[in-house]
Amino acid sequence: MTTTLIAGREIHVDEEGFMTVPAEWTEDLAPLLAKQVGIDELTPDHWVVIRFLRSDFAAEGETATLRRISTNAGVPTKRLFELFPQKPGKKMAYVAGLPKPKGCI
Amino acid sequence: MKKLVVLGAGLAGTMAVNRVRPRLDEDEWEITIVDQDETHIYQPGLLFIPFGMYQAADVKRPRRDFIPSGVRFVLAPIEGVDPAAQRVTLGGGRQLEYDYLIIATGTTPRPEQTAGLLGDAWRDSVHDFYTLEGATALAHRLERWDGGRIVVNVMELPFKCPVAPLEFVFLADWWLQEHGMRDRAEVVYVTPLSGAFTKPVSSRRLGHLLEEKKVGLETDFYTEHVDASAGKIVSYDEREVPFDLLVSIPVNMGADFVGASGLGDELNHIPVDRSTFAAEGHPNLFALGDAAELGTSKAGSVAHFAAEVFTANFLRGLRGLPPHEEFDGHANCFIESGFGKAMLIDFNYTTEPLPGKFPLPGVGPFTLLEETEMNHWGKLMFRWTYWNVLLRGKDLPLPSRMLLAGKETA
Repeated sequence: MTTTLIAGREIHVDEEGFMTVPAEWTEDLAPLLAKQVGIDELTPDHWVVIRFLRSDFAAEGETATLRRISTNAGVPTKRLFELFPQKPGKKMAYVAGLPKPKGCI
Repeated sequence: MKKLVVLGAGLAGTMAVNRVRPRLDEDEWEITIVDQDETHIYQPGLLFIPFGMYQAADVKRPRRDFIPSGVRFVLAPIEGVDPAAQRVTLGGGRQLEYDYLIIATGTTPRPEQTAGLLGDAWRDSVHDFYTLEGATALAHRLERWDGGRIVVNVMELPFKCPVAPLEFVFLADWWLQEHGMRDRAEVVYVTPLSGAFTKPVSSRRLGHLLEEKKVGLETDFYTEHVDASAGKIVSYDEREVPFDLLVSIPVNMGADFVGASGLGDELNHIPVDRSTFAAEGHPNLFALGDAAELGTSKAGSVAHFAAEVFTANFLRGLRGLPPHEEFDGHANCFIESGFGKAMLIDFNYTTEPLPGKFPLPGVGPFTLLEETEMNHWGKLMFRWTYWNVLLRGKDLPLPSRMLLAGKETA
């Protein structure tokens, strides 16, 4: 497992830069992580998604799917694509410091 | 009399009654199992039907043949569960009271969840293969196939038997070569995930397979709608993938009565405790098999290993004892790769699929994460094991917990 410096803090990340220790994430990291995936500014809508992802992960131990977010946080899938363009599943997880969506192999 | 009611006579429900019945006194316990139809489908066999390797008769058996004596089989649609009143409502208003309830009604493809999927082209140029009707219709379509672009499209996660779409593309590549059509056919795999293989070891060891088999790959593709008349699927970010033949893996959802009864998540799957399999807030209501949301694959092997852990803990619970162990998320799947070969994966919540030998460490006869003929024979033999050992609740010589012995950790 490697570490990287974000906001002067040592953060554990995997080969693709996803944080591997969810507890190391704090809200002040999110704007910096967002910049790395091409999102210059986090709007209140971004935060609705990020905060839902964090609380859902705390309860379920898994990164929520787009459907779960749209159903439970009320952000339509189309909007998720506007907020986190092209690869919303991956980008949302990256910004929220959570594992990216995975298959079984 | 105490009453145990099981909803769904598929693998999980049938295994559960077979394992529980001999251990509960018939003078004290009445056990009822309910299903909406009479036919048990061997779902792993559906993959082989489009390619003519299996016929419908190879995957069908009467459900009642696997229900042990001392268990009542009720044929009826299930309309709702009232956990407070401990009552199930069946079609026609009939009601069943229970002391303990097991929901094992699985998850099913819902093509109506994706705009344009269930149109005029359904089962013509647009197909599924996770149902007997779908697999059979696709077999007929492939009999008339003369080349073109086959697109295999996963709509959304989670879906059952998550390796089956990959197996489908591998078998399609083999089948097209066997029929002398590979040079005038394309096979494309379209997934909402970031790759065909997303776990580090699998992706290192198997990542080359798609390229070798000349299978196209489109990743991070969330299908927004199917435009069958124009022959294309369109994603939420307005990318388009053209097809001549679409083989879709529709959104999977648990039974409607689960949602209507307020027991499910956004896809009608029931989140359960990983030791007791009880639904939150309902200590006498359990979910098993694909109906349950357990945070691992929806697959027959999971239903099997989980049913063993469930049964042991359920029987302990009846005696006032705490659960013995927690389910570790163990899954074990053959992956058919064409040309008489298959791969095998074995994994759980914490350990990704690793290479090695299985089930005997260092010996096999099966090889993990590698294509071998022996794995393929294992997959074919499994059908016999399913009907004769698994469904009847007998023990397989496989522990429900995953073992690290025999696995390489690189």
